[in-house]
Amino acid sequence: MNPIVDGLVRAFWLLISFDPEVYSIVLLSLVVSGAAVLVGAATGIPFGAFIALRSFMGKRVLLSVLNTLTGLPPVVVGLLVYLVLSSSGPLGPLQLLYTPQAMVIAQLVMVFPIVASVTASSVSSVDRKLRLRALSLGADGSQLTLTMLREARTGVLTAMVLAFGAAISEVGAVMIVGGNIRWFTRTLTTAILLETELGRFGIALALGIILLTLSFVINVALTRLQWSGLRR
Amino acid sequence: MGRRLLSILIVSVVLAGAVIVFQYWSYRARPVIILATTTSLYDSGLLDYLNPRFLETSNVEIQVLAKGSGESIEIAKRGDVDIVLVHSRTLEEEFIASGYGVHRVGVMYNDFIIIGPKADPAQVSGLRDAELAFSKIRETGRLRRSFFVSRADRSGTHLKELEIWQSLGLNPSSSIEPWYVEAGSGMGVALRMANEKQAYILTDRGTWISFKDQLSNLKILVEGDQVLLNPYAAIPVNPEKHYHRNFKAAVIFVKFLISDEGQRLIGDFKKGEERLFWPMARDFQMAAQLGFPDQAKEVSWYDMQPFQFRQAAVPVAAALCSRTAHSYVTARSEVEFDGAR
Repeated sequence: MNPIVDGLVRAFWLLISFDPEVYSIVLLSLVVSGAAVLVGAATGIPFGAFIALRSFMGKRVLLSVLNTLTGLPPVVVGLLVYLVLSSSGPLGPLQLLYTPQAMVIAQLVMVFPIVASVTASSVSSVDRKLRLRALSLGADGSQLTLTMLREARTGVLTAMVLAFGAAISEVGAVMIVGGNIRWFTRTLTTAILLETELGRFGIALALGIILLTLSFVINVALTRLQWSGLRR
Repeated sequence: MGRRLLSILIVSVVLAGAVIVFQYWSYRARPVIILATTTSLYDSGLLDYLNPRFLETSNVEIQVLAKGSGESIEIAKRGDVDIVLVHSRTLEEEFIASGYGVHRVGVMYNDFIIIGPKADPAQVSGLRDAELAFSKIRETGRLRRSFFVSRADRSGTHLKELEIWQSLGLNPSSSIEPWYVEAGSGMGVALRMANEKQAYILTDRGTWISFKDQLSNLKILVEGDQVLLNPYAAIPVNPEKHYHRNFKAAVIFVKFLISDEGQRLIGDFKKGEERLFWPMARDFQMAAQLGFPDQAKEVSWYDMQPFQFRQAAVPVAAALCSRTAHSYVTARSEVEFDGAR
């Protein structure tokens, strides 16, 4: 059979057969990337807004560094996080290597610059007059930040969409720090890699289709949120 | 400042949620050890077949990392795994000599084979001499009539291949040789590359058996040379170098592998009709031939280690907070030997 048709059929069967392994893989992918994006948003959005709204020495350099880090290759992140979390590394005593937590940390390192940089650029592109008006109405720092973030919410949501897309589709970092351990740290992308190496292209493609479907569904939800926010 | 409070609240809820998820994941009901092994062994499925049986008898869970022998030993030196199951004598001996690995013991063996295109331009089919076959492959390669795919990933298979080139006084990767293709990947990928390029390649028999349905252009050409025997060694990480590793559970795993039961299971493991591994832990003569001169001593050391073990009591706090309060570190050191106390 044509491998692509075969992949589609298998993807369908895998999903409706409730194969526990496939579901554990899907769930882990979602939870790891979801946790990374949530923590990334909780830290990256305030950080990005802070950079955009304050003027300080080295702001441009910081922005350039942040923008560069958005393109950080996942394998490099994986390697660095591995060296930090390894038993012989500085955080070795925590024994986090080859656990889902390590994978969240690695993806967080990847996702943080994306969230911060996109948030910063969308906050700084909000009309300057709004800022002046808010200040003239007596807004303090945090009120100003919240107002500006509200105005830039489309951009902030874009940051989340981009971050989630980058996190769930990356394989280099989770492979190195997670180790692709069956039932424990195997995500969709590492499973696809393994199945491809084993030459089981049908299953590999099926998992790929599941991954694609998943990020499509999540993106539809986020995009709806984004546009409904804009219309209000 | 309602909004400010709200934003702080949201951030802290998210962070607290993340911490709870972290903790939830950390909880392991039973001791866990991490085993680093070779891709060829992992791909064979032997560990997926052994581990449930080991879990049943010991209540120790094995998490398997599939890496090349070189990388496995490297991460073991860093203390990131509890035990390695690898096949490269030089690396293993260096691992022992540097003090990071202890009680190396042979578990089983299979053999390497040279496979290649059915047309066999180098005329090596039926040879029983790996060196001769390699030199012929190199000759036709230099005449641009054949290719050789090398794993080039410091795996046991790759190091065996280099060893054979070395005994011919050669090092094909030292210069750019178009016939010598350095894949830098696992056994399965390299095999498929050889299949596409109609190239020769050195592989272990187990992986060949698992993959041969996908490799329509290749067949076995050279087998049966003594040099091509492929023994697997189990080596726990030295607890004196890495005290946090679960040495006791690693020893229990080795005891299982070399027990009569474990050896029987290994011998019974089949793919289709074919046996993939030959147990040899208690065949000391064979073991000595395969590079385990101390096999008898090590096996009796393992036999002397107490093997009754029980599950440690769950700490009170952990029982109260159910799955959230238990730390990974304590779970790892939970196995206690009855006999040891």
